[in-house]
Amino acid sequence: MASPDLSPANSGPHSNTVLRTESLSVFYGDSQALSDITIAIPQNQITALIGPSGCGKSTLLRCFNRMNDLIAGLRIEGQIWFHEHDLMDSAVDVVAVRRRIGMVFQKPNPFPKSIYNNIAWGAKINGFLGDMDELVERCLRRAALWDEVKDKLDKSGEQLSGGQQQRLCIARTLAVEPEVILMDEPCSALDPISTAAVEDLMEDLKADYTIVIVTHNMQQARRVSDMTACLMLDANVSQGRRVGVVAEFSPTDKLFTNPTDPRTEAYITGRIG
Amino acid sequence: MSVKSLNKPANWSSADPHFRPNRRRRAIMDPLFRWVCFFATFLGVVFLGTVLGAVFLRVLYPAGAGAKSGIPLGERFSDACALLRRLVVNKPGIEASEVGYRVGLVGSAWLLLFVILIAVPVGVGAALYLEEYTGKSRWKTLVQTNIANLAGVPSIVYGLLGLTLFQRGLGFKSLALGPCVLAGSLTLSLLILPVIVIATQEALRAVPQSLRLAALALGATRWQMIRDHLLPTAAPGILTGTILGVSRAIGETAPLLMVGAAASLLKVTRGPLDRYTALPVEIFYNAKEPDESFSTVAAGGILLLLCLLLTMNFFAIWIRQRTSKRPGLAGSMRTKRGG
Amino acid sequence: MGRVQWKSPGRFLHWQERLVHMILAIFAVITILTTIGILVVLGTETYQFFIKAETTPFEFLTSRKLEPEADPPKFGIVPLIWGTMVVTFGSCVIALPIGLASAIYLSEYAGSLTRSILKPALEILAGVPTIVYGYLALMLVTPALRYTLELVGIKVDTYNAASAAIVVGIMIIPMVSSLSEDVLRAVPQGLREAAYGLGATKFEVCTQVVVPAGLSGIMASFILAFSRAIGETMAVVLAAGQLPQISGNIFTSVQTMTAYIVSVTSGDAPFGTAEHLSLYAVGSVLFLITLCLNLFSGWILRHYREEYS
Repeated sequence: MASPDLSPANSGPHSNTVLRTESLSVFYGDSQALSDITIAIPQNQITALIGPSGCGKSTLLRCFNRMNDLIAGLRIEGQIWFHEHDLMDSAVDVVAVRRRIGMVFQKPNPFPKSIYNNIAWGAKINGFLGDMDELVERCLRRAALWDEVKDKLDKSGEQLSGGQQQRLCIARTLAVEPEVILMDEPCSALDPISTAAVEDLMEDLKADYTIVIVTHNMQQARRVSDMTACLMLDANVSQGRRVGVVAEFSPTDKLFTNPTDPRTEAYITGRIG
Repeated sequence: MSVKSLNKPANWSSADPHFRPNRRRRAIMDPLFRWVCFFATFLGVVFLGTVLGAVFLRVLYPAGAGAKSGIPLGERFSDACALLRRLVVNKPGIEASEVGYRVGLVGSAWLLLFVILIAVPVGVGAALYLEEYTGKSRWKTLVQTNIANLAGVPSIVYGLLGLTLFQRGLGFKSLALGPCVLAGSLTLSLLILPVIVIATQEALRAVPQSLRLAALALGATRWQMIRDHLLPTAAPGILTGTILGVSRAIGETAPLLMVGAAASLLKVTRGPLDRYTALPVEIFYNAKEPDESFSTVAAGGILLLLCLLLTMNFFAIWIRQRTSKRPGLAGSMRTKRGG
Repeated sequence: MGRVQWKSPGRFLHWQERLVHMILAIFAVITILTTIGILVVLGTETYQFFIKAETTPFEFLTSRKLEPEADPPKFGIVPLIWGTMVVTFGSCVIALPIGLASAIYLSEYAGSLTRSILKPALEILAGVPTIVYGYLALMLVTPALRYTLELVGIKVDTYNAASAAIVVGIMIIPMVSSLSEDVLRAVPQGLREAAYGLGATKFEVCTQVVVPAGLSGIMASFILAFSRAIGETMAVVLAAGQLPQISGNIFTSVQTMTAYIVSVTSGDAPFGTAEHLSLYAVGSVLFLITLCLNLFSGWILRHYREEYS
């Protein structure tokens, strides 16, 4: 069983689309969570996923790095493409996928280790051969955290404030040199000042990374993202249950100023959700 | 109802024709019940004190031949210390005044070593498998139910298993280990396996899911995640459960009686395939002696055993007090067994 | 960024992961094999016993004569079951009320300070090896019983069921207490608050709300304690003696199933004889009784947990 090499060097002709789903449906046991999702995530841009709670934003995000594999009874139909690789192919090595497609979680979850080791661990297990000190410094600088922590690298990551912890988690993700960073409501546990810091950081990281962010905060989506997908709960005709669908996927400016879909308009003007 | 009547509960019945709150009886029952319950709990301390006190006094005031009377307390203490020293150093003999537990202590040390080497990796491994490698499935339910039931099997039944399986090799000469340390250790390991598995599972469940996700999202394999994050975080809980399990193994007597622990062994055990005996087994045979002076020898042996076990128990409880939170209902399946 | 800095993990991690998975699975299977081992060993040897002893399971379970050394030997387990039940019921009479009361205290009344003293004491009591209790019965409990009861003219034998029941009772108190405490703590706080809101005293809340709500869980802990008392060995061997008789007098010696197994092992019956094989037959009965009790208790607990979660 040979898994395809996932490094971008082998990803064929350059394309602007990094991640692409085709007719993606997700089921939790018998109930369907997402139906017929087809979107394409553009390279070096920030794509926001918005929508009312329970519409499956996070589920969709977790499809991109196969985090959903950890949930028992979850079934995925359709295809997810990372460059030219089918992520749902049974030959794909999920461990390699997760290295190329990193993730930042809703609640900051630093390891109960020193700040230094929080960054270094991921690199170490992935066989990093370079100068570790240099890598740690580079990642912390990139995450705009270096000046705040450079004198206490041996202190536990759990001693930082919430906003610092979240930036530490981002720095930790950067250390394994991913191509895509998935962010699952990264600011929902943070205060406004920390939120602003993380948003600035995202804007800055855009040059090197492709970012997909789930947010329940429409202002945030509007501030940071280039593209926005608005997910909606739609009555499923055959089952009579409500499942998540993509109502509209367009450039952020257009979606918020001139939405095509009436449901999107209703949502962004506050009539749904 | 006036404010005044609130202050004087006894007057309530006259104040309100529809109720007879009977405050006086209730006001007596309430603290009475509290004290009954407290006393019941305090009995635990009393019993513990009685156990330790009775053993200690017997060592301090020896019975039977050679017992002295009317000597000062200081001399009694030095006599008791001399007795304990002798018990550690001497081998079994015929006279109560010269027997000791050296062979049993060495045997127990061998058992301790092998039980740790066998039961801890297997127990922690099985718990990791159940918690981290299997989702909800029939197979997991089967293994889980099986472990819960094994925890309630009387230790003497493990003795029968060890006797037939390890000592006699199911009747096949080539498989039979004979009455040796290894057979005893294997039996004790099976016996405490459920304790270690259940304790480790609880410790693993207490580790937040976000820690696992964080590691996996960086591209770690499951084993890298377990080795570098899960085990270090769950270590105090695993250690507590393991110490409690192992200390139970060291205090066990019944299964060892079945798996060939010798009543009276003169040769110190030198290897895993040697004949052996254990401290509690020697205590048992001394306690059974009709001669009263052996009662002091037994008490001395119990004192040695309790020192060992209480140190381990204190250590385990200390680790847990330092780190853990309140145990949930998950702890209620922690079954204990007889010996 | 410098992609050359990364060493390719290759197939190593993949195989490591599979190997670890396999080893851990084997460890889990060992627990299953233990159960199978117990069943096979007890089953085959018990079968051998019935052939060698020329007796039937019915006769074995109903005969009131246990004389393994007589000629011809008689194997009836009834005296052993009688002895076991006398000791077990006696110990439960002591342990269940005390254990439940202390569970109520620890769960409903105790402050953090008293708790931090009493709870470890109970845990350490649970960690005292059973051989110590046996010694205590011989050295302390029996002489004390003898001294007090002979004042009122009751004769107490050196080996007697009463002192065995007392020490086994003390031994299982911590178990009843900790299992019942877990159960009581799982009773939703809302129930207590509702009762207080109606003007109930703490005594009334405990006895009429909390304990009834946790009743099935408490029953489960009682059954587990009962099962443990049945399987108890060393304390009973030392305290109750080795006389298989059916007597209403609790101050005389009885033999329990566990004590019989110990006496056969430490006797000189050679392997393969009916007498030696009889310990597997007795072991089977012991195993089946405790297994049924444990399964029943587990079943109750599972239902209890579904109720409150």
